[in-house]
Amino acid sequence: MMAKTIKEIEHTLYRKNSKMRTERFGKSLTFLAVVLTAAITAAILFLVFSKGLSTFIMNDGSVKDFFTGTTWNPAEVNSLGKPIIGALPFIVGSLAITGISALIAGPLAIGAAIFMSEIAPNAGKRIMQPVIELLVGIPSVVYGFIGLSVVVPFLRDLFPGSGFGIAAGTIVLSVMILPTVTSLALDAIQSVPRSLREASLALGSTRWQMICKVVLKTAKPGLLMAIIFGMARAFGEALAVQMVIGNASVIPHSLFEPASTITSILTMGMGYTVMGQVENNALWSLALILLLMSLFFTIIVRMIGKGKSA
Amino acid sequence: MSAKTKDRLATAGLYVIVGIIITVLAGLLGFVFVKGIPQLSWQFITTPPQIFKEGGGVGPQLFNSFYLLVLTLMIAVPIAIGAGIYLAEYARDHWIIRCIRVLIEVLSSLPSIVVGLFGFLFFVLYMGWGFSILSGAFALSLFNLPLLVRVVEQSICNIPKSQREAGWALGFSKWETITTIILPAALPGIVTGVILASGRVFGEAAALIYTAGMSTPIIDFTNWNPLSPTSPLNPFRPAETLAVHIWKINGEGIMPDAAAISDGAAALLIISILFFNFTSRFIGNWMFKKMGAN
Repeated sequence: MMAKTIKEIEHTLYRKNSKMRTERFGKSLTFLAVVLTAAITAAILFLVFSKGLSTFIMNDGSVKDFFTGTTWNPAEVNSLGKPIIGALPFIVGSLAITGISALIAGPLAIGAAIFMSEIAPNAGKRIMQPVIELLVGIPSVVYGFIGLSVVVPFLRDLFPGSGFGIAAGTIVLSVMILPTVTSLALDAIQSVPRSLREASLALGSTRWQMICKVVLKTAKPGLLMAIIFGMARAFGEALAVQMVIGNASVIPHSLFEPASTITSILTMGMGYTVMGQVENNALWSLALILLLMSLFFTIIVRMIGKGKSA
Repeated sequence: MSAKTKDRLATAGLYVIVGIIITVLAGLLGFVFVKGIPQLSWQFITTPPQIFKEGGGVGPQLFNSFYLLVLTLMIAVPIAIGAGIYLAEYARDHWIIRCIRVLIEVLSSLPSIVVGLFGFLFFVLYMGWGFSILSGAFALSLFNLPLLVRVVEQSICNIPKSQREAGWALGFSKWETITTIILPAALPGIVTGVILASGRVFGEAAALIYTAGMSTPIIDFTNWNPLSPTSPLNPFRPAETLAVHIWKINGEGIMPDAAAISDGAAALLIISILFFNFTSRFIGNWMFKKMGAN
């Protein structure tokens, strides 16, 4: 009798039952999903790296030419027998557009965020915030299309040239990243504790002194992150830029001459080259630069984030 | 200059900045709506585009956008829910988990054109699916997975711990607690996030031009057999979406009314995005109320 009871206890508690099986099943299923997501990233990184480096390994391209040369004609070889892969015009184009857009959009966005959080919180919350959230979601093609039908003709009338160029690209991208940067900057400013503001005002500072010396200083890492997010988006944007930049693979002498960016040349070129050939591999090298830059932006954001929490 | 004057000047400056921004943004929305809405008609949103004549519509493109969205969500949402559950409930602070988190963050920061090129290489060429809806849907799934994973993880983390403890006290296993208590409670958050991500999928173009292609074959809307090549449901046909269409006709469109068609298509896109925004708010609130009542 006694022995049987003990056996029964063992039976119900220690045997693997269906609950444990579903538990293990569920845990491994969800783990599989996580691993899959990570594996996809690893696969993308691996493929872009191997394709992008093959220009330099298999096709004997020179890394120095790639970063300093100004002529892009991968199908031909130069006097040394190396493919002509000067990507400097595209790199300069991308950096110029990203940098100038951040210079325009950054201050405007931070100003708007200050306004929405410190000066008119009611109007900011009720009117501006929903509109800005809506604008974050507007597809980049629409920005490019508006650039093409409004900004380019406008610049054509005001300045010599066709209107296509770095200036048009910069205007389109600044407007495009403005909502994103504003909403991130607003988050950063609103996360400054209210007590700091009150302390500053109690010490007799004006509102502007409080904003400048307390709010902006405390929110500085968050504001930097917001601007860098905007830059990453501007650097990786393809179609909106390609529509308004003019697509000439030279280093432009002014902001109003046609130019190219890494993304615009990728968009234009990939369809006209054959997989495995030098022309195609050279484009993958450009994609690799794009990927490295986005990794670089991610690392900076992480470093700022770490500094903030420390 | 006294501190008070500075304060007044700075405030005025901020008003000017906000004025500039409001003008630009209002001008932008106004431009799209004023020029685009007169183009919209039943004929415009149902008929196929014309190549040489004017009067074409965007019917197949609109259908493609929605079909691609449905396929993308069917692929991405289950994976995102799984990954989100693991990261929120099971993951411990371990170096492997930290590496995985970094990889997911990297994926979310990749430019869409890079993801599109990967899709071109892997799905279009390596898997041999060609320019097809399926390739496009997979590329867009990759692109939106990190966002969706974050949405699911956040929604699950927002559920108070007491709900989990209640489940355990009733003798539920961890997995049973997750599937019967946590997931239903997290559903409003997840649905809101998914609808917002839908807006992103709907407007994406750069990742699609080399995966879903830039053309639409003649499709027959009376043929709903997914295996037939002229069926709109066939996942192996190329499919140009609305956003890609706008890009394409502005670059190489030769129809005389290309500008008018882009105006209409842009307005249609923005109206759809607005629709997604409002639905996500509405459904989120409605579900929250319904769940909160009991």
